[in-house]
Amino acid sequence: MNKTATHIIGARLLHALALAAFVAFALFPLFWLLKVSLTPDDLMYGEGVRLWPSRVTLDHYGSVLRHSQFPLFFRNSLIVSAATGLLATAAASAAGYAFSRFRFRGKAWVMGVMLVSQMFPLVIIVAPIFRLLSPLGLTNSLSGLVVVYTAFNTPFAAFLMQSFFEAIPKDLEEAAMMDGATRFQALRRVILPLTLPGLAATGGFVFTAAWSELLFSLMLNSSAAVSTFPAGLLGFVSKFSVDFGQMMAAGVLALLPVGAFFLLIQRYLVQGLTAGAVKG
Amino acid sequence: MATITLSNLSKDYGGGPVLRGIDLEIREGEFVALMGPSGCGKSTLLRLIAGLEEPSGGEIRIDGRRVNEVAPKDRDLAMVFQSYALYPHMTVRENMSFALKQRRLPQAEITRAVEGAAAKLGLTNLLERKPKALSGGQRQRVAMGRAIVRNPKAFLFDEPLSNLDARLREQMRYEIRKLHRELGATSVYVTHDQVEAMTMADRIVALNDGAIQQVGAPQELYDQPANLFVAGFLGSPPMNFVDATLAPDGALVAEGQTLARVSPPAGLAAGTTLTLGLRPERLALTDPTKGSAVRVDVVETTGTGRVVHLALGPQRLKLFTMDPRPLAPGDVVGLVVPPGAPLLFDPVSGARLS
Repeated sequence: MNKTATHIIGARLLHALALAAFVAFALFPLFWLLKVSLTPDDLMYGEGVRLWPSRVTLDHYGSVLRHSQFPLFFRNSLIVSAATGLLATAAASAAGYAFSRFRFRGKAWVMGVMLVSQMFPLVIIVAPIFRLLSPLGLTNSLSGLVVVYTAFNTPFAAFLMQSFFEAIPKDLEEAAMMDGATRFQALRRVILPLTLPGLAATGGFVFTAAWSELLFSLMLNSSAAVSTFPAGLLGFVSKFSVDFGQMMAAGVLALLPVGAFFLLIQRYLVQGLTAGAVKG
Repeated sequence: MATITLSNLSKDYGGGPVLRGIDLEIREGEFVALMGPSGCGKSTLLRLIAGLEEPSGGEIRIDGRRVNEVAPKDRDLAMVFQSYALYPHMTVRENMSFALKQRRLPQAEITRAVEGAAAKLGLTNLLERKPKALSGGQRQRVAMGRAIVRNPKAFLFDEPLSNLDARLREQMRYEIRKLHRELGATSVYVTHDQVEAMTMADRIVALNDGAIQQVGAPQELYDQPANLFVAGFLGSPPMNFVDATLAPDGALVAEGQTLARVSPPAGLAAGTTLTLGLRPERLALTDPTKGSAVRVDVVETTGTGRVVHLALGPQRLKLFTMDPRPLAPGDVVGLVVPPGAPLLFDPVSGARLS
């Protein structure tokens, strides 16, 4: 074996080690979540910080599914996140297309205001939002959350969609328009099919953001009937103790739909996130 | 087939005019090349005709009908883009059917039209492929096919060959020309390549700085350019421009040497400084005693002949010759400018005087 070959193998090994270390670091909290959710109550504090309990149990899962309101929270979260994902992606596509293709008066202002709206911490507008939604009957309702989440996620999603549209040459829709299509037909038949990866990535992003949102869910909705699961998770915290086992089991269950969703769109996601980086 | 009439057309994006005062009549069945350097406004002009840009002033008529406000889809023009702009998610067949489906033609008719066009362009075996599985030349053909399958009023070409290699470009030049002859369709062809314009067009529209410099048949522009821009743009190697003074006897004197004699154009006083336009292939070499003495600077062999770079004092000239005489850098040779060869230009306005 010559020197360069050793070099190359050494470099690859280092590369793999660095990646493994990063993956371990990123996944460790998830691992811990799973571990705690499987640990029986009597071993929860007794075994210290062992990587794996001496005995595992599915009891927590059973009680979460049977004796808690978790299935209801889960359903609420699914409704809110799916509705937000669809609405925000639709609005963001329209806005992103306009930003990418049209010159119009006030464009820079509109984009500037949207950007600024992303800059301050949401906690400072919780009270005003509550005052706005309350007389409209949108507090303690899933629709209220959908409205708020859509409003907050659309700006960033619009910029994301804009970058996807920018990656598609204008020539394509101009060719379609020369071929007898209106601008809308060109958008529907030529541009949107090519933007599918972008739509999937944007939809995934918005869905996840809505799925994991806690602040507004907690502040706007006090009734358990309309709680989403992040707010519901807090129900495992009582005055004197925290039921870590059930809380973690609920957390693992809450990961499933998001995980499944990303598995479904991961092909598009990679395409989507790299689109425009390399000239196709 | 259609006539396209442009009157006093202008375009301004807000940073000064890109096109101004464009008057042009494109006749039925004519192949017109819009030629000029990048940034001269030729592509903008084509996009105005296509309806992809709105004119800032003036009028566009197709077959006598004003189309300024007509959407591109309703102008019935086909366009071939420089990037080809094939729909990447559709097969060749779907690409070529797109416009016909848009018009809701019966499926049988679409199939017949697409297969007819495909046969004409040698695309029959590629109909089920997606664009990314095609070579550059094949994509170019599909772009052509998408245009001809529609049987439009006119074809617009936006530098369609500039992404191809030289050999393929030459072949497609010939094929587009042949297609034009077969279809007899009015065609507007944008190019920065003077060879394409010269070889393909019935008429060339030379554009510079957003204005038409000259319109005419290729040979006419070559032999009688209206100004220094047209003279310098056409021809390879390009025309020589030599600063010279007109003597009272009609001699054109540069660097103390009489290059040629002309009968002075009316209104031109002796002693006027002129720019002399000399085509490299119209110049000849002789012994230094017989012609104007010039020094050989560089000799380039092209195969058909030689391009000789000559120094006349501080001025440089190129000469194309098939003369086999031995030439080496530093040699002093005689330059012969045959009568009728020099074109005279006003050095300030650039306009041709003779």
